[in-house]
Amino acid sequence: MIAGFPGRRFAGRVARHAILILTVAFALLPFLWMVSLSLKPPEEIFQVDFRLWPTAFHGVENYHVALTAAPMFRFLLNGLLVCAAIFALQLLVCIPCAYALAKLRFRGRDTLFSAVLVGLLLPPQALAIPHFLMLNVFGLLDTYAALILPWAISTFGIFLLRQFFRSIPDEIIHAARLDGLGEFEIIWRIMIPMTAPALTAFGIFSIVAHWNDLFWPLIAVRREEISTPALGILLFRDDEAGQFFGPLMAGAVIIVAPLLVAFLIAQRRLIDGLAVTTMR
Amino acid sequence: MAEIELRRIEKSYGEAAVVKGVSLSIRDGEFLTLVGPSGCGKSTLLRIIAGLEAQNSGEVVVGGRCVDDMRPKERDVAMVFQSYALYPHLSVFDNLALPLRTRRLSFAQRLPFLGRAFPRRGGIEKTIRADVEQAACLLDIAHLLHRKPGQLSGGQRQRVALGRAMVRHPAVFLMDEPLSNLDAKLRVQMRAEIIALHRRLGVTFVYVTHDQAEAMTMSDRVAVMMGGELLQVDRPERLYRDPEDLRVAEMIGSPKINVVSRAHWTSLGASLPAGVHRNSMYLAFRPEAVGIVASGDGRLNGVIASVENLGSDIFLNVTLADGHGTVVVRTHPDASRSEVVRSVGLQIDPANLLQFDSAGMRQRQAEQVEAAA
Repeated sequence: MIAGFPGRRFAGRVARHAILILTVAFALLPFLWMVSLSLKPPEEIFQVDFRLWPTAFHGVENYHVALTAAPMFRFLLNGLLVCAAIFALQLLVCIPCAYALAKLRFRGRDTLFSAVLVGLLLPPQALAIPHFLMLNVFGLLDTYAALILPWAISTFGIFLLRQFFRSIPDEIIHAARLDGLGEFEIIWRIMIPMTAPALTAFGIFSIVAHWNDLFWPLIAVRREEISTPALGILLFRDDEAGQFFGPLMAGAVIIVAPLLVAFLIAQRRLIDGLAVTTMR
Repeated sequence: MAEIELRRIEKSYGEAAVVKGVSLSIRDGEFLTLVGPSGCGKSTLLRIIAGLEAQNSGEVVVGGRCVDDMRPKERDVAMVFQSYALYPHLSVFDNLALPLRTRRLSFAQRLPFLGRAFPRRGGIEKTIRADVEQAACLLDIAHLLHRKPGQLSGGQRQRVALGRAMVRHPAVFLMDEPLSNLDAKLRVQMRAEIIALHRRLGVTFVYVTHDQAEAMTMSDRVAVMMGGELLQVDRPERLYRDPEDLRVAEMIGSPKINVVSRAHWTSLGASLPAGVHRNSMYLAFRPEAVGIVASGDGRLNGVIASVENLGSDIFLNVTLADGHGTVVVRTHPDASRSEVVRSVGLQIDPANLLQFDSAGMRQRQAEQVEAAA
């Protein structure tokens, strides 16, 4: 029946796609601008006319400066180490907490869960000074531990995983207890495999947030050797690049690239994890 | 070998009492069904036997051992759930193997990744594989072992759930409405298979259902529960013929038993049958205990309101003469044709009349008491 109005149908599709393309273009523009600048020679960057592709290709020089003027690989490695450690610790804390809040019955459970919700409301910046003072007391400032420890407990992670664990029927847990699994084995053998998409989604949130974080590393760390990529780029600007935006943008492209690759790989699972589906 | 003894089990959630002082002995190898309307506490009682819920007071004894302080794993019971509760991320084989692995492999041998390196694990895995395959053959699911539960039909999932319960040879099978997610035809077929399974295994089955037909057809004995209390525990035919409580009489049997109060009966101008006890407030009779006679000849009179032809039987819904209340009558299809709006008389066999007092307790006529004794 719809095939009877090919003209109208076609027009509707064009309109829909036009809107989508416009929105995507708007979101991607800063990113494209960054890539474009990273390929331009300095004199072209400040030209008045707008041009996406440079007239004189200067990409090789810019990326060469970005990779050699600062220890870029060191920054990337630091980022990998810090993000992996944070995510591992978060899982270690969040999964048992979320399981207890979702599936065990004990006095004060609802109060504890309210505390988690309150924790969600606190902006991390509000905790920066207490964290800084505590790390100072333990003499951990300007170490990897200073970058990792304040994020080891994620209220967001506890909340997210608790919601997913709740969607697993109690009968499965009862069956597991009758089958002889202990509580930790239930978590390991039943809960984690059944909520793998949610764990992936949480992993992406966590890693993106801490890979891109500038605020906390700026406070906690001063040494170049333990800088994360975002902080490294900043140090690099101060010392070397000055107004040389080309190499700076090249550096920014380099630190964003691993995240993009990771996202493309995990894209399917991320979407599965965010769309709350019934798991059978 | 396990008989189950429940002694004054009480369970409440906050203010709400769910199980009120239930005592029950289940014999070794018996098929006992707990039947009752939803929310009567039957599933809670089952979970208390399994150890998944703790009772507030009372004792559970399985096979002569008090199991109150034992975890579900140690009680030697297996359970089949309404939703089957299969592990969706594991293959059918792994679903069946899991209860064996947790029992036969040591903690160290079960460790993720490291476990494989421990000695003797391979040999134990071989015995597990053999046992799983044997159970799968018994239930005719051997060809499904590599599939995930999501790829199975309802009936196949049901078999896998049964297999997971029986693979470790428990002394007691607990079943919580295992057939209620199946369509009607499959349900009847699985009923027969569960009965056959019980006969073959010879262990104690405790089966929870709200479907009185399942209770009647499958069980050695039926325990009728309502409002957290046991009303009557008896063989199915006794529950049908000789209920102790009006609620039991109404629960068991389809269509439902006819109940006419004494006041209604006399207000219809009908004489009470001989032998009605003076305390009897309700007179009840099964649809097959009523005979159709010419209008005015019966003890009660009414008009046929509707006719349900089931092929083997015809059920007549007869509205009583004053227009209040309906009596269901079961007639043979060969009997004379019954038409709607025809006036009929109802003849009730006094021997099949059940009498209940104002609290719904059974009142017996003198000769019935003698017969029961």
